[in-house]
Amino acid sequence: MATGTEPQLNTGPQPGGVRGSTRAAITEPHLRKDRWWLAPAATALGLLAFVVYSSWRAFANTDYYQAPYVSPFYSPCLADNCETMKGGPNWALFGDWWGLSPALIILIFPLGFRLTCYYYRKAYYRGFWASPPACAVAEPHKKYTGETRFPLILQNIHRYFFYAAMLVAVILTWDTLLGFRDEHYEWGHMGLGTLVFLVNIVLIWAYTLSCHSCRHIIGGRLKHFSKHPVRYRMWGWVGKLNERHMLLAWASLISVALADFYVYLLATGAFTDPRLF
Amino acid sequence: MTPATDTDTTSYDAHFKVWRGDLDGGDLEDFTVEVNEGEVVLDIIHRLQATQVPDLAVRWNCKAGKCGSCSAEINGRPRLLCMTRMSTFERTDVITVTPLRAFPVVRDLVTDVGFNYEKAREIPSFVAPQELGPGEYRMQQEDVGRSQEFRKCIECFLCQDTCHVVRDHEENKPAFAGPRFLMRIAELDMHPLDAAESEGLDRKTTAQDDHGLGYCNITKCCTEVCPEGIKITDNALIPLKERAADRKYDPLVWLGNVIRRRS
Repeated sequence: MATGTEPQLNTGPQPGGVRGSTRAAITEPHLRKDRWWLAPAATALGLLAFVVYSSWRAFANTDYYQAPYVSPFYSPCLADNCETMKGGPNWALFGDWWGLSPALIILIFPLGFRLTCYYYRKAYYRGFWASPPACAVAEPHKKYTGETRFPLILQNIHRYFFYAAMLVAVILTWDTLLGFRDEHYEWGHMGLGTLVFLVNIVLIWAYTLSCHSCRHIIGGRLKHFSKHPVRYRMWGWVGKLNERHMLLAWASLISVALADFYVYLLATGAFTDPRLF
Repeated sequence: MTPATDTDTTSYDAHFKVWRGDLDGGDLEDFTVEVNEGEVVLDIIHRLQATQVPDLAVRWNCKAGKCGSCSAEINGRPRLLCMTRMSTFERTDVITVTPLRAFPVVRDLVTDVGFNYEKAREIPSFVAPQELGPGEYRMQQEDVGRSQEFRKCIECFLCQDTCHVVRDHEENKPAFAGPRFLMRIAELDMHPLDAAESEGLDRKTTAQDDHGLGYCNITKCCTEVCPEGIKITDNALIPLKERAADRKYDPLVWLGNVIRRRS
């Protein structure tokens, strides 16, 4: 061994990160020269914009239905104070004691699904919590316990939100089918809104099915794929979708906001749904 | 050395900053060094050794991205020196080369990566099935496909270096195995012939309880730096988290397993 290159004896954990006493003496927290801050900043801005928009719309409790379209933020409508939507998702399970916006009841499930989603976790851990802000960029926190304790250990219930998100997606699919009616509830019609809803529901399903928990449940948990050829095949399909999970997360987030905004424009009279047939 | 400033020539002088020092301290030192067409950063480090600083310490071996020895940080990003082409930089760029910043420095670009060998020893190895003897192992390709991806690992430890759990928090090192060794657990747990469970070893539970899987917040830096292109997060860490959730956080799966065992 070359002179002066003997490894140090392990003297136990030392305090500090990259500027710890045993690390190379470099004062800068990172030496990256690229625009590493751009991705977390854009992510944080995008998520913040959605939070602001969806909060406004969820608390507004108005302009969410214009026959035959119902905003995805308000579907299914589980309180008595919902607008009557003919053939639509009116299930007043909460009765008449619920006085707040009915969107707040149902949005918990897609919100929980996205909050515990493996992609969004990466996005907001980096974008909002700077843990880390980017790869090889020192994080500002003195202590880190990750998802080992409350509250972040609750991220492990992601699969239950996945089951709930599947149910919500089924209902939104029904809402999309209702879009093949006209404003007089006659079937066999289609408007621009129907197309908006169709694109939205395809993206919602693609995002939901590309979920890592879905991939695990479908087949990932198996030890022997060869004994379960059908599940293996399905695992492969979900895996292909899963590779685009980030893309689908953003696309479906934008599409659901656009579908809601489209209904808002119709309900406020700012725009009239062009009838295709 | 022939200085070359014309961008049409294949040779030019590059500005390098290389960290030199040891545990007692050190600093980035400036060098101007010749670069030729087709070279990688390790070539330039070798030229520095040959022409300017013969005592510059650097660990390297295969020069083909297969031995995992020449891990370092180039412009702040964990990379293999031998797989980073000089053509990816502008000729006017200042190129900074430092040792891995998650591990104790030994000298110059050499770090003590012993942490990783300690963690490797903590992972229980493959448990051979008792009913099969040597030469009797038979496996279907679809059953070993997942584990084979993880076997591409060259143990360069760039993923361990970039993981903020230990890079930014030395105190987490005793509790956290790091992405490379959590991937090893996933590889064994997905192995069709691993008989750990029959020996009372539940890798899914121990990944969480003994090897710190819960510290991982899946920010994917390990995947970003892997020179072998292994999808560590999507194919190893997240599936392992889901398997741990099966065991520890999912009452339905637990109930299903109990019923199946009884029947």
